[in-house]
Amino acid sequence: MSFTFVLGALIILTVAGFYLGRSRSMASAGGTASRLHSRPHYYGYFVALWCGIPTILILGVWTVFQTPIVEMIVQGNLPERMLEGDPAQMSLIMNDIRNLASGNITSGEITPAVQAAADQYVSLVQTSALAKFVLILVVGIAAIAYARGKIAPSLRARNQVEKTMMAILIICSVIAILTTIGIVMSLVFESYRFFEKVSPVEFLFGLEWSPQTALRSDQVGASGAFGAIPLFVGTLLISFVAMCVAGPIGLLSAIYMAEYAPLKVRGAVKPLLEILAGIPTVVYGFFAALTVAPFLRDQGTFLGLDISSESALAAGLVMGIMIIPFVSSLSDDVINAVPQSLREGSYGLGATKSETIKRVILPAALPGIVGSFMLAISRAIGETMIVVMAAGLGANLTANPLEAVTTVTVQIVTLLVGDQEFDSAKTLAAFALGLVLFCVTLCLNIIAMAVVNKYREQYD
Amino acid sequence: MGEVDMSNAVEVTAPMASSDAARETKFHTRGVQVFYGEKQALFDVDLDIYENEVTALIGPSGCGKSTYLRTLNRMNDTIDICRVKGKIELDGTDVYSDKIDVVHLRARVGMVFQKPNPFPKSIYENIAYGPRIHGIATGKEDIDQIVEESLTKASLWNEVKDRLDEPGTGLSGGQQQRLCIARAIAVQPEVILMDEPCSALDPIATARIEELIDELRDNFTIVIVTHSMQQAARVSQRTAFFHLGDLVEVGETGKIFTTPQDQRTQDYITGRFG
Repeated sequence: MSFTFVLGALIILTVAGFYLGRSRSMASAGGTASRLHSRPHYYGYFVALWCGIPTILILGVWTVFQTPIVEMIVQGNLPERMLEGDPAQMSLIMNDIRNLASGNITSGEITPAVQAAADQYVSLVQTSALAKFVLILVVGIAAIAYARGKIAPSLRARNQVEKTMMAILIICSVIAILTTIGIVMSLVFESYRFFEKVSPVEFLFGLEWSPQTALRSDQVGASGAFGAIPLFVGTLLISFVAMCVAGPIGLLSAIYMAEYAPLKVRGAVKPLLEILAGIPTVVYGFFAALTVAPFLRDQGTFLGLDISSESALAAGLVMGIMIIPFVSSLSDDVINAVPQSLREGSYGLGATKSETIKRVILPAALPGIVGSFMLAISRAIGETMIVVMAAGLGANLTANPLEAVTTVTVQIVTLLVGDQEFDSAKTLAAFALGLVLFCVTLCLNIIAMAVVNKYREQYD
Repeated sequence: MGEVDMSNAVEVTAPMASSDAARETKFHTRGVQVFYGEKQALFDVDLDIYENEVTALIGPSGCGKSTYLRTLNRMNDTIDICRVKGKIELDGTDVYSDKIDVVHLRARVGMVFQKPNPFPKSIYENIAYGPRIHGIATGKEDIDQIVEESLTKASLWNEVKDRLDEPGTGLSGGQQQRLCIARAIAVQPEVILMDEPCSALDPIATARIEELIDELRDNFTIVIVTHSMQQAARVSQRTAFFHLGDLVEVGETGKIFTTPQDQRTQDYITGRFG
């Protein structure tokens, strides 16, 4: 009685409900659809919704709660002496029972008590599945019968169906919003725990970042310093290098595409540029780490410059290439949105194409272009993979792009990778960094949106 | 078709020219043909435009009057698929020859569009734009003077002199159109082309623009495309009637509206089509 089987039965039931509802409505109207309040298929949807929604709810709730309830019963039936162990021991035994029930390898000798518990586990699961199936069938059929009984030519099926659909849409968007709020709240609470250990002032304005704390009391190690300034500086440095690449290239290619390129060229070039945004960032990452960084180091040696093999420059350059499409594609749209009448007005005064672009089109499109830059910057600040691979880990407080730096995102990765205690200042620092990152990108996005919206109003 | 129209046009224009020989010909066009891709929009148009008078181009929608207007300052160049054939001379120089720089041409032949299209800049900057790009004025004082003169000529100065820093897009439709006319005047052109300048305006704003056109006639040569026959009759000295890409008839405005030579002109001005 697998999940898919039950789901299949449920879908068949719902579809059957649709046809039963539709035929019933036609019968109730004596075969003339015009006597019905709504079109016949709305009566079908009406019955299908009546059948589908409660059964899906039952299926979902049952599936979620089945395992915990079954395990609770099995655990309750275990002999007294086995229950006395500590929680870790208990979870080991439950693991054995589960493995035995599903036919996997167990951790040790199987005692009769465990064997009995496993048998009970299997039978409980089977009963539960059967009960679920029967309940869904009964509820589904009952719902179809009830809804079908309600069908009459005067029933406002369309209004009810559309109200239900609207409710479903609202629930979906609420889920999305709540998830976001949940993530933010978890960031806030974990950060709060971090700030109980480390003062916000030290975190936000400290100049030294060395998050290695002693794990055991007898361990000799760094005491831990959580001044995040080097990370912010590193992030800004790399974003700055990236924008130095993406800004001019993106904007100029947008101008070319919007103003100079023949339609065919534009049709080909724009999607090609947008492909850049579709390349996985990890690919950019190893391109930066294995190709660009060594190349820069070698060129540096040639010129007598000391460039480390992991440098802000390499990471920034590659990141800049990655965010070109963010700048170019959006700017191109904005430039295209400048009304043709402004171009004609300028040409009509004897302005050349470049004068028109410089003095009329770019000023008119400026708010939108700024918006596209903002979005690109927030993308650069949040980017992780390239910097993890190419920028290094050393928290150097430097403005020299030839040195290795580290960013907020890189530190979050290194703080949380591997086995970690989740109550030390070290791991909690990741949440605080995440919160800062979130606030910065949120602000940038809000500014960008406000600027873009202001621009939109200008021509509508 | 083309043959008949040409003879018609010549017949009508000939007495005009002799009756007022003192007038200089500004634009001299012969056999103008315009194609959009494969489609021919103008067939052998022969038309002369005289200095310091208003020439109105009338005709039903799609008759080619705007297309003809846009050949005069080569605005059709901005449309990729558009081709122009024939002779178009401004003061005896072919405007489509290599000798003419389109930028200079458009400085000499200004244009005002159907929909007011002020730049999203201040009123002052809207006017100063043209003189700056052409280097007509460099110092701040020169530009101030040009802005004031242009706005005065466009009879807008008194309405905006206290708010030159406000955006041009904030003006009313009629004021915006006068701003566009002032903007065109500021480049000191010889000819101003107007493509249905009043079609987006209310009757009061239209009346002001028409008044303005009449005043501008002393200093500029004006060619105006209009849908309104009343407007053509009110503002123009000469009227050309276009139909289906042909120039059907051209002559003194009074004559065109009272004693048209061609049946199609007769039908159009009496409202039988169009």
